Amino acid sequence: MADSTVEPETRAETDMGIEAADDGRQKRRLGLLFWAPLAWILFLFACAISADQWPLPEPDAMHFMLQAAPPGEVGEVEIGDDTVEDYRFLLGGDNMGRDIFTRLMHGARVSLLVGLLAPMIGLAIGGTLGMLAGYYRGWVEAVVVAMADIIVAFPGLVLLIAITFFLGPTLWTVTIALGFLSVPYYTRVARANTLTFAQREFVLAARAIGASDLRILAREIFPNVILSLLVYGLLVTAVLIVIEGVLSFLGLSVGAPTVSWGGMINEGRDYLKEAPHISLIPAGIMFITVLSFNLLGDTLRNLADPRESRL
Amino acid sequence: MRFYARKVVRLLIVVFAVAALTFALVSLLPGDIVYAIVGQDATPQEIEEVRAELGLNQPYVVRFFDWLGAAMQGDFGHSIRTHEGVMDAILSRLPVTLELVILSQLITVLLAVPMGMLSAFRNGQVLDRIIGSTAFAMISIPNFVFALLLIFFFSLHLGWFPATGYVPVTEDFWGNLHAMILPALSLALVEWVSLMRVLRSDMITVLQEDYIALARAKGLTNSHILFRHALRPASFTLITLLGLQIGNVLGGSLITETIFALPGLGRLLVENIFARDFMMVQGCILFIAVAYVLINFVVDMLYSILDPRIRTGGARG
Repeated sequence: MADSTVEPETRAETDMGIEAADDGRQKRRLGLLFWAPLAWILFLFACAISADQWPLPEPDAMHFMLQAAPPGEVGEVEIGDDTVEDYRFLLGGDNMGRDIFTRLMHGARVSLLVGLLAPMIGLAIGGTLGMLAGYYRGWVEAVVVAMADIIVAFPGLVLLIAITFFLGPTLWTVTIALGFLSVPYYTRVARANTLTFAQREFVLAARAIGASDLRILAREIFPNVILSLLVYGLLVTAVLIVIEGVLSFLGLSVGAPTVSWGGMINEGRDYLKEAPHISLIPAGIMFITVLSFNLLGDTLRNLADPRESRL
Repeated sequence: MRFYARKVVRLLIVVFAVAALTFALVSLLPGDIVYAIVGQDATPQEIEEVRAELGLNQPYVVRFFDWLGAAMQGDFGHSIRTHEGVMDAILSRLPVTLELVILSQLITVLLAVPMGMLSAFRNGQVLDRIIGSTAFAMISIPNFVFALLLIFFFSLHLGWFPATGYVPVTEDFWGNLHAMILPALSLALVEWVSLMRVLRSDMITVLQEDYIALARAKGLTNSHILFRHALRPASFTLITLLGLQIGNVLGGSLITETIFALPGLGRLLVENIFARDFMMVQGCILFIAVAYVLINFVVDMLYSILDPRIRTGGARG
């Protein structure tokens, strides 16, 4: 049985060998386009976790002498109980003279929390439903697929806005609503993967030695399906960070005093001409982050299943 | 025929589910909407009057079917602020959104088709990689950021287009187009990527067909082969996706219309969310959702008419 569980990987590798030969573009090793995004995301995590620990001004401390200060401006701020006379506003100040650098660090918390927690919710529910549908077929599959189709048929952003409107825009409603929205996509991926694995020899072998359905699902199918779900999750994260950005840009996600990147971009909107950095710096950071998740997801998907990535 | 019957039944189920979901969001969730209408310090008698007027004393199921029946006849109720008919408000805003959708789809195709063809023609070469990476970077940019960048460069710096504002098409056709270009472009810059990718991959397959080799052997020019021989068979998926993306653009118009201050359907929804006008919000959500479902349905049908394999199940593995 150990042999047969290894098989998909080896098969994927030979496939990739063929592709590398006829295409010449596919790289076997993880290159800069994998490590650089990974480093960025880890760096962002470190920033989000340690945001309170650094000797930086509070994210909502306003400095009226430094309104819309350009990046690199030096000014007087209060850090804790001390007054620092020559604090450098590395990325400038926003329209209320708040330090953009500090705010970005705090805003990373919202984006990362929503971007990682929501896909987990989707993965847990959608992955389970998809595996059940793909394994049991029949009416279970019919019901699950129909429900997934209905949710997908609803315009996502509108549904999301509706939910946050009626339930109130808190971090948790936004996260749960986004997680709920991502369920059908995971369901589809999990079902498609389960369908192929459920007919493989190692599942047959497990059934032949009398393993229960639960055991087959948990021990034979789950380890094979979870990888592609996790990789898919990285791409979902990228999408959800954008959607959270849209919501907070429209003022429909977490509101003040919680800092979010979308909110920061929105605050600078009216000063786009005089002080474009207020909007464009958070926008740039958001772009790099989304791009990083996309690159990671794409690279890992190429590695895991070169055929799927060509679609 | 059974194929179409099944599709129609599924459409009806989805529309019903969408309506039920919209209704449930408004009705079942915490917080009595009556307080939103009369204010926190209304007398119990006032509250009771409003409840009776809105029919809130009846069971949910009765209310749902009353509401659904009225909605099916185009009566979405009245705004609780302005008492304007919800349907009238939607219909008066609809043309702006439609224009935005059409214009942005047009730009999307103008971007996607040449890029996809070039990319497929130069498969694996430098140009293909440049187009591919640009596309990859572009899908990582949210469309509200595109909108801000476009305003920043084309309105504030170059001064070519107005940053916000809307000119009715009946007043000034060119002025209208002038004001709509940037909003449409900001939507198209996100949407073209997926179209370009499908066209590229379909085109690569088509370019390996024997009849393309024959056309080459006859000495036809590349552009003749690409446009006259390869484009049509390669554009099946493209057309479907184009239709399906109308739904996406409808959602995206929410943001675009807010940023560019266009009086469209999306802005109507966002405005009323902030005004907490739940009748308007409910009506807008239902309208957009049903439109989205219907568009997808029509595209699906058209596709199965164009390609009989879908209808007979031959294409499903």
